[in-house]
Amino acid sequence: MPADFEQLEKEAIRRRDADSGRPWLRVGTALCGQAAGADAVVDALRQALDVQGVDARLSEVGCIGLCYSEPLLDVQLPGGARVFYGNFDPERASDVVSTHVSGGQPIADLALGYLGPEDAGDDFVPPAGLRNLALHPMRAWENRIALRNAGNIDPLDIYQYIASGGYGALNRALLEMTPEEALKEVNESGLRGRGGAAFPTATKWRFLAGNPSRDKYILCNCEEGDPGAFNDKAILESDPHTLVEGVILAGYATGASKGYIFIRHGHDGPIDRCRAAVKQAQELGLLGENILGSDFSFDVEVALTGDSYVAGEESALMEAIEGKRAMPRFRPPFPAQFGLFGKPTNINNVKTLSYVPEIVSRGGEWFASIGHDRSTGTAILCLSGALNYTGMMEVPLGINLKDVLYNAAGGIRGGKKLKFLQTGGPLGGVLGADNVDVLLDFEVLRNAGAILGSGGIIAADEDTCVVDLTRALVAFCQYESCGKCFPCRMGMSHLLEVLERICDLQGEPEDLDLMRNTGENMQAGSLCGHGQLGFNPVSSALRYFPDEFEAHIMDRRCPTGTCHEPRFSPSRSRR
Amino acid sequence: MDGLEQRIERAVRSQAQPTVTILSSLLAVEDELHYIPREAVDWVAQFMGATVNDVWAVASFYPNFRFEPPAQRQVEVCWGASCHLMGAMKVVDAVLEAAGLETEGERPDHRLSVRLNTCLGACAQAPVMSFDHHLVGRVSPESAADRVSKILQAEQAAVQAHT
Repeated sequence: MPADFEQLEKEAIRRRDADSGRPWLRVGTALCGQAAGADAVVDALRQALDVQGVDARLSEVGCIGLCYSEPLLDVQLPGGARVFYGNFDPERASDVVSTHVSGGQPIADLALGYLGPEDAGDDFVPPAGLRNLALHPMRAWENRIALRNAGNIDPLDIYQYIASGGYGALNRALLEMTPEEALKEVNESGLRGRGGAAFPTATKWRFLAGNPSRDKYILCNCEEGDPGAFNDKAILESDPHTLVEGVILAGYATGASKGYIFIRHGHDGPIDRCRAAVKQAQELGLLGENILGSDFSFDVEVALTGDSYVAGEESALMEAIEGKRAMPRFRPPFPAQFGLFGKPTNINNVKTLSYVPEIVSRGGEWFASIGHDRSTGTAILCLSGALNYTGMMEVPLGINLKDVLYNAAGGIRGGKKLKFLQTGGPLGGVLGADNVDVLLDFEVLRNAGAILGSGGIIAADEDTCVVDLTRALVAFCQYESCGKCFPCRMGMSHLLEVLERICDLQGEPEDLDLMRNTGENMQAGSLCGHGQLGFNPVSSALRYFPDEFEAHIMDRRCPTGTCHEPRFSPSRSRR
Repeated sequence: MDGLEQRIERAVRSQAQPTVTILSSLLAVEDELHYIPREAVDWVAQFMGATVNDVWAVASFYPNFRFEPPAQRQVEVCWGASCHLMGAMKVVDAVLEAAGLETEGERPDHRLSVRLNTCLGACAQAPVMSFDHHLVGRVSPESAADRVSKILQAEQAAVQAHT
């Protein structure tokens, strides 16, 4: 039965109000939380609540971004602020439940800080002795659009999403907008693809909208194999309905009949939460035949791939959904003509589609007012490596990368100096520390020779050997080469062989030219970006650190002395 | 306990999603058995109306598919760039030594296997490992080796208790 959206909203508010009288405990159990031991925290809290007979709500939420302080518990008493306990020790669960949840007194020396209610009035009294996390460096620079609900709502509860305004954009589009008008909002927003290429989303959608075929597909790419990037998975774990709503809106704007959300097998958290979201949306009539009583019908399916980095390439992704080896196709024909199962297809990244609900509900002009120049909106960054604060941030485009590193992320661990960044995934290569004074803007970054890619930023301190990291990046690219075209398959192996030799201090002066020659051929002759960009790790390292390669080759020494450590790479490759 | 063939058939037939392919069927078998036996390749080929060769082509492409039953305990170490920079190589070295292995692979007694994973997805907690697919972040060579030794001791104790 098609649902009436007003009824859904009423039900969502009713449920929220019914729960508002109880304390609410939230634990981040996204991948970062799990790796820090969040499951044990949830178990300990559940037991403490049970033993002490305390009536409270305990929810597993996604990632609020402060991954460095995981496991992260936040406790909110009715009408009060959210008090966060970072690096939470499950042994303290019982204390928190007795002192804070039932006793009403936050344990100040355990707490990381607080966040006031969004609708805090003048009479709001902040908890004594705690710092305001809105002023925390990682939070102060943020403007959360796609991540607006991340870490706040229970990703498994569709009503919490609706109570936060969710599916309002879909309802508005179906009631008040033609598909062309919805597309126009996205066009006005200036939204560009966040998977790495930064191609204008509305232009891409037009290719599909203009195709008269009856069966058309929207694909959402959450392969996300880039080491150092976890924002797509984090969205699926934190607020999967934002993505599902974005996929439906993309379907409406382009006249598509079905959406596929494509995730790598083995990432159980993102998969389970996304599947649950799709199921709930189907049950409430937000997916399926005649959505919300309109004449628009659209469904979404979660499709899985095996381990394959190249499966994130758009045509290889379609091959994988069709159940084949994830190998890129020749183009033309392009996906908008001949895509999945031969039907017209549009492919977008998770982040791109997750912006769409807010763009439709607040207008393209609003989105375009955020950001810098032709880079509108925000960037969702994953900070990892030798930084004081590692985690995930959503910042307006146009802010300086230096501010992100030295202010928001708290600078380099242990008072050391930054040596370089590794950005944009393994194919993005490195960016020297002297070049980080640059605006986060697609054009500015490209001109500076840096790649934002899907937002992974890994920092390396002064003790890191850049030749060794380059070898590791090329080892990854070699392992992940699908093997379809020989410039990539053989080129990667060749590059790796030379880099192994240089790391063993057995390199020869002509090795650098040998690598350049190989790289040029890979760039010119490879079928997809994997081979075309495959020389980036080497060329960028050579650009910023020529002396270090020279020291390895001419002086037969590693300046940081780390090349001699044992080296391992997976034994099984696709060759 | 159902036989192997029954478990394969049930896994392949009970896929929830509408789009059923060779790859999705193999992933369903992997979820059920944690490896792809020869029988599954034959069965999937028959079920999908494909050749055994078609199925092998897909199964051999994705390195998550294994063709032998898994070890009792599975340890993975992430070797992605974040983890590499935060000391993953030393962790691998320590883990292999504690596991009594020269390189990535499985102990002859099938008690434990060590694999490298391209990215476990918790980069902010680097270096990251997984124990039977349960993530553990911010490991050190010592803490990682310690966990592996304890697992082996527990497996040893379980075997002795059994005999």
